[in-house]
Amino acid sequence: MAIEILYFAWVREAIGADAETVNPPAEVTTIAELVGWLSGRSPGHAAAFADPTRLRAAIDQDFAGFDATIAGAREIALFPPVTGG
Amino acid sequence: MRAIRVQAEAFDPGAELARLEALGGGAVASFTGLVRGDGGLIDMTLEHYPAMTTRAMAAIAETAEARWPLIGLTLIHRYGVLVPGDRIVFVGTASSHRAAALESCAFLIDWLKTAAPFWKRERYADGRGAWVEAKAADDEATARWQAR
Repeated sequence: MAIEILYFAWVREAIGADAETVNPPAEVTTIAELVGWLSGRSPGHAAAFADPTRLRAAIDQDFAGFDATIAGAREIALFPPVTGG
Repeated sequence: MRAIRVQAEAFDPGAELARLEALGGGAVASFTGLVRGDGGLIDMTLEHYPAMTTRAMAAIAETAEARWPLIGLTLIHRYGVLVPGDRIVFVGTASSHRAAALESCAFLIDWLKTAAPFWKRERYADGRGAWVEAKAADDEATARWQAR
C-alpha cells in the first residue's frame, strides 16, 4: 500500500526532497525495516539514514518507536530529534 | 481557556498576560523564549511539521491541564526566520494557586522542547550554517517530570 513519507530538517536536506510516496514490499513491517529499505533508494537516503540513532519517527502525526509497525500507516515522517522551544 | 498558536508573526507577551490575568485566577506565570545572539549568529530558521505540531501541542496542554488546576493556558511557538532578540516561544498559565501556575509553566516549556516537532537551523556571520542538535539536558528536563 502506498505510504506518504515526509522528511524534515537535515534529513530533508540530505535526501533533497520533503516528501515522497513509496510502496514498500510486504516484508517491510516496522519503521526500522522501512528506514533500511529506504536507504537503498539513493546515496542521499543512505547518508540520511546511515545512523538510525540520530533519527526519530512519527506515524500519522504521532511519535513512534523504530519497532512500531507500519501496517495501515498513511503518513510516516522521519526527522532528527526535535529542537524547538 | 486554552490558546495554542503556531505562527510566523511576532507576539506580544503583555497582551497574552493580560488575557490570562482577566480570567481572575489570582496567579499567572509565564515564560518567554528569545533568540540568543551567541557566537555571531545572524539568524535562525525554525522548521516544523504543520500537521503534527498543533496536535502535539494540544497533547502537551492536556497533560498539564490534567495535572494542575489551571483556568488558563497559552502556548505560542513561532516558525520561519528569526534574528537575535526575537521572541520565539511563549508559555503562560493561570490558576488560583501559585504553585500550579509556576510548576505547569515549567512543565510546559520543558515538554515543548522535546515533544513538539520543531527544528532550528542557525546561520553565522562566518558563513557557517548548522542544524541545532538536540541536547541531552532537554531530555533530562522532561524526564524529571515523569519521575514525579
